[in-house]
Amino acid sequence: MTQESKKNRVTRRKFIKGLIAAVVSFEIIYVLYGLVGKKRPNLMNKNLFNAGKVSSFENDKIYPFGSGLFYLFKYSDGGFLAISIKCTHLGCMVQFDSKNQGFMCPCHSSKFNKYGEVLSPPATRALDIFPITIEKGEILVDNEHPIQRNIFKPSQLTYI
Amino acid sequence: MINKERKPTAIERFLLHIHPNKIDAEAIKFTKTFGLGGISALLFVLLAISGILLRFTYVPTPESAYDSIIFLQEKILFGRLLRNIHHFSATIMVVTSFLHLIRTYYSQSLYFERSKNWIYGLLLMFLVLFSNFTGYLLPWDQLAYWAVTIMTNMLEYIPIMGDLLANMFRGGDMVNGVTLLNFYNLHTGVLPLFFVFFMSMHFWLVRKAKGVIVSESTEKEMVSVFPNLVVKEIMLALIVLAAIFLLSIFIDAPLLDKASITISPNPSKAPWYFMGVQELLLHIHPVFAVFVIPVAMLSLFFYLPYFKYSKVNIGVWFNSKIGKSLTIISVLFSFIFTLIVILISEYIIDFSSWVPKLPLLISTGLFPVLIFLIPTAGFLYYWYKVKNTGFVETVMSLVTIIITSYIVMMAVGVWFRGEGMNLIF
Repeated sequence: MTQESKKNRVTRRKFIKGLIAAVVSFEIIYVLYGLVGKKRPNLMNKNLFNAGKVSSFENDKIYPFGSGLFYLFKYSDGGFLAISIKCTHLGCMVQFDSKNQGFMCPCHSSKFNKYGEVLSPPATRALDIFPITIEKGEILVDNEHPIQRNIFKPSQLTYI
Repeated sequence: MINKERKPTAIERFLLHIHPNKIDAEAIKFTKTFGLGGISALLFVLLAISGILLRFTYVPTPESAYDSIIFLQEKILFGRLLRNIHHFSATIMVVTSFLHLIRTYYSQSLYFERSKNWIYGLLLMFLVLFSNFTGYLLPWDQLAYWAVTIMTNMLEYIPIMGDLLANMFRGGDMVNGVTLLNFYNLHTGVLPLFFVFFMSMHFWLVRKAKGVIVSESTEKEMVSVFPNLVVKEIMLALIVLAAIFLLSIFIDAPLLDKASITISPNPSKAPWYFMGVQELLLHIHPVFAVFVIPVAMLSLFFYLPYFKYSKVNIGVWFNSKIGKSLTIISVLFSFIFTLIVILISEYIIDFSSWVPKLPLLISTGLFPVLIFLIPTAGFLYYWYKVKNTGFVETVMSLVTIIITSYIVMMAVGVWFRGEGMNLIF
């Protein structure tokens, strides 16, 4: 056996050392991820956002919910869409421009239409939407779980 | 006057341990290193002291962070000065450690026994930037909040693990109280600890490599470190301290309105040292700007000492006369070329509407990259093949082009981008 291959051979000792190092690092990463990455319940608002009665919204109109970080859009056929105000480019807050009937990001001037689809870059993806549930005629928006999408589809709307 | 009879005290001897007893007279010339590494180390000490003091008043919660800084500045004697010192030391540390990095590179001090220290140096540079960035959020004003929002959202563009990584740092999908707590702990606990370890390794490896690099041709004249080098070090340290105190007395660290999560300022910018990446993002598809290009650049920098070079003149600035001229030409080339590409990309190129059928990754990603890459490759090919410049010099030219290009993009991003990130002159 040459000197070189002896040096590179995996001995039992090397194998066990490596194994221990791997297990320990995995454990550290696992624990760290649990500490750093998880949302802490006491700091998070767990409740769904109540946007109010279904009957109080008109068709084909957009309603801002600044504190809930979304715009509620009622489609012409009565379906609801909760559009996140977080720009998909770099996370700034978009504003609804009623003159152009679309959203605009103040940071890097991405433009979106009223369904949240990209009209002009740098954004590459349509604005995220939030799941809506309707209970006893009230609209509840789950504004902690954004859904990513590329284009608007009627299937994204929620009906009574 | 230095009393040569006096014996150093125990603590002085301990501090002197960092140096050998005798040192080559050539190595302690100021222009050999410009004292940049030393200044960075001094700034670390200054930052540690001022940082520990700041911790006495700072409250890391979204409700109180901003108010605690107002309180520090207005109610506490020298509170504002203390914050200014911390701010300017941190900002200047980014500059000095970067200059130290390029000084090491251009004076050819990263090969053979120093290659490992080059890696430690790069890790320290990363620590400087990461510390600076985590500290950026702590004032919890509009500047801090949106800069960190933008930076963490850049992470999301990393393929596969981007979302995971960004959400881990933020502790959610928005910058919030969890983010502040994470950043606070990283900034005041984890990163300083890493700093101490990596700095110790860095210094020790310099000693192991027999101190500051000296080109082989020079004749050696050994002088004693105490007082020859120590006096110079103390003098430089005092000048740096005086400069930082003066700056901190006359200029205040920025503090805008308290962070508001519903109002994004126009424009919103990343911290200045990351503006090059944000500028790149305006021109190139995010996967390239945030992932492919940075990873390629980082790999190049880490691999720099390990290329198979033929003629390395260790300790000689720019390796040779040709190296020096080529470096200057590369700076000019990269400066002008980058500006031209920025202007073309801003006003003329619109690949996504010219070739709408191609995927965005190719039309807005690969094409702009090629626009930069092909002329650069041509430039390097011309020098390497036609002019027969050495391999060391050609790699140096590539590194120079990359560094200059980043600085140009950073400068454009910081000074020439106004509302809606449009170019302003």
